Amino acid sequence: MNMGGLSGLDDLNEMYESIILDHYRNPRKSEKIENSDFEINVNNPFCGDELFIQLKINEGIVDDLSISGNGCAISQSSGSLLAESIQNLNKDQILILITNVRKMMKDEDISEEDRDSLGDIEALEGVKKFPVRIKCALLGWAGLEDLIKDKMTS
Amino acid sequence: MINFDNIRKDFPILDSKVNGQNLIYFDNAATSQKPKKVIDSISDYYTNYNSNVHRGVHTLSMKATDAYEEGRNKVAKLINAPTDCIIWTRNTTESLNLIATSWAINNISEDNNIIITNAEHHSNLVTWQQVSKKTGCELRFLDITDGFNINELKNIFDVNTSLISITHMSNVLGYVIPIEQITELISGTNTKIIVDGAQSVPHMPVDVSDLDIDFLTFSAHKMMGPTGIGVLYGKKELLLDMQPFLFGGDMIIEVSYDDAKWNQLPYKFEAGTPNIADAIATGVAADYLSNIGMENIWNHELELSKYALNKFSSYDKFTVLGDNFSHLRGGVISFIHDKIHPHDIGTFLDQKGIAIRTGHHCAMPLIRSYDTSAAARISFYIYNSIEEIDSFFEALNEVEEYFS
Repeated sequence: MNMGGLSGLDDLNEMYESIILDHYRNPRKSEKIENSDFEINVNNPFCGDELFIQLKINEGIVDDLSISGNGCAISQSSGSLLAESIQNLNKDQILILITNVRKMMKDEDISEEDRDSLGDIEALEGVKKFPVRIKCALLGWAGLEDLIKDKMTS
Repeated sequence: MINFDNIRKDFPILDSKVNGQNLIYFDNAATSQKPKKVIDSISDYYTNYNSNVHRGVHTLSMKATDAYEEGRNKVAKLINAPTDCIIWTRNTTESLNLIATSWAINNISEDNNIIITNAEHHSNLVTWQQVSKKTGCELRFLDITDGFNINELKNIFDVNTSLISITHMSNVLGYVIPIEQITELISGTNTKIIVDGAQSVPHMPVDVSDLDIDFLTFSAHKMMGPTGIGVLYGKKELLLDMQPFLFGGDMIIEVSYDDAKWNQLPYKFEAGTPNIADAIATGVAADYLSNIGMENIWNHELELSKYALNKFSSYDKFTVLGDNFSHLRGGVISFIHDKIHPHDIGTFLDQKGIAIRTGHHCAMPLIRSYDTSAAARISFYIYNSIEEIDSFFEALNEVEEYFS
């Protein structure tokens, strides 16, 4: 009997891509900012991953942000990739990005164009072979969605 | 002399490959693997004598009833209890809930207190939180982070202590609690003791008469039996006095349109068609353990545990939860790394075929007291070996290299 791919370590390397490990070791935008407009704490109590997201908004677009937290390499690098990708985006653009991240992680159809728009975030795709870890990868994105749906105006 | 190679051969799953690697199963505190005899006994029942129990006069029903009750006998023998004091439940959790509903609610008032430890499984914590909310009694905590100390228990124990409900072996810290010190303390008082044997009964000799405990709870699936069935042992005078837990068929002796009389022990607590196949298989598991000998199983696991704890002490960045050497610990070792998250450790080891548990281990407040929200855990059984522990540590070295 064999469960999982024969090439377990290849799958592992695909999940922990060099981009992922780089973001895990050197998270971007993790310095907390003062006078943020909105902030949210998100966590997964079952594994203890947590992220604290702060946004500064100027004329409907993200002017500055910070994401910091504790947890596994996947949740933390995903948060860092998120931080890198939403600066200067407005609410609708961010919501589209979140939808595309979800599509990729859940292996749903995604257009070439939408995939290109993901940039480095595509490095997270290897996680989809590890279903129990998809939640880690989506933690920050789900938190961001709650935050901007509630607070940010289109 | 025990032949460990032969024991391993009894477990078909231990031969399998996971992610292309030989399986090393170190998640026994979550659930154990099952010997072929146990697996076959379930199929044998459904194939050859499937029938309801305690009802028919036909041959199959009598055969099923005999096998079902034989399962109970075997479990009773394993823990040296009278057979009619063995009640089948779904699991340890349900056994604890049964005591809470049928005994605690009716015997505890707001003037009383219940003592548990800070290291209980959620099933032995949340249940008593609820009893405390319903009765108004106080819930007191004995801190066993650094080990059990009877003097600390004496400090919080008083004449109003109705109940001490305590793990026999912690599923996080691995400590074995000296139950006999507690029964000596409460001897002659009205205090009752529940021993959560989920982690002890599968691994060490447990004799309820010797220990003189009021209740013992455990699950079949952690002792090589199937999931979905557990055991409650209770002292006869307590069980006789207690109200039923669930109502329905099998738990009655006489029913009119207005009222009903309860069946004798243990059936009073077993409403509805029981989990027949799994009760039979649990008996087979109990026999399997008895044949190896609980003392032999325990000594083997102590050896594995000491070996692994010694190895851990040479790692700077891995911390084992709990005191490593000055307390008796069974084959359960939880650990954290100062940087690498347990889930990353768990995923990496899984790719090496090594199954470990990661998370809060159903003991959230305890895990949080270590300033972390998750830990990794390895836990052993009779079929694990020193060589497997060596492979585990080799993989752990790779984990450190990979993520640093």
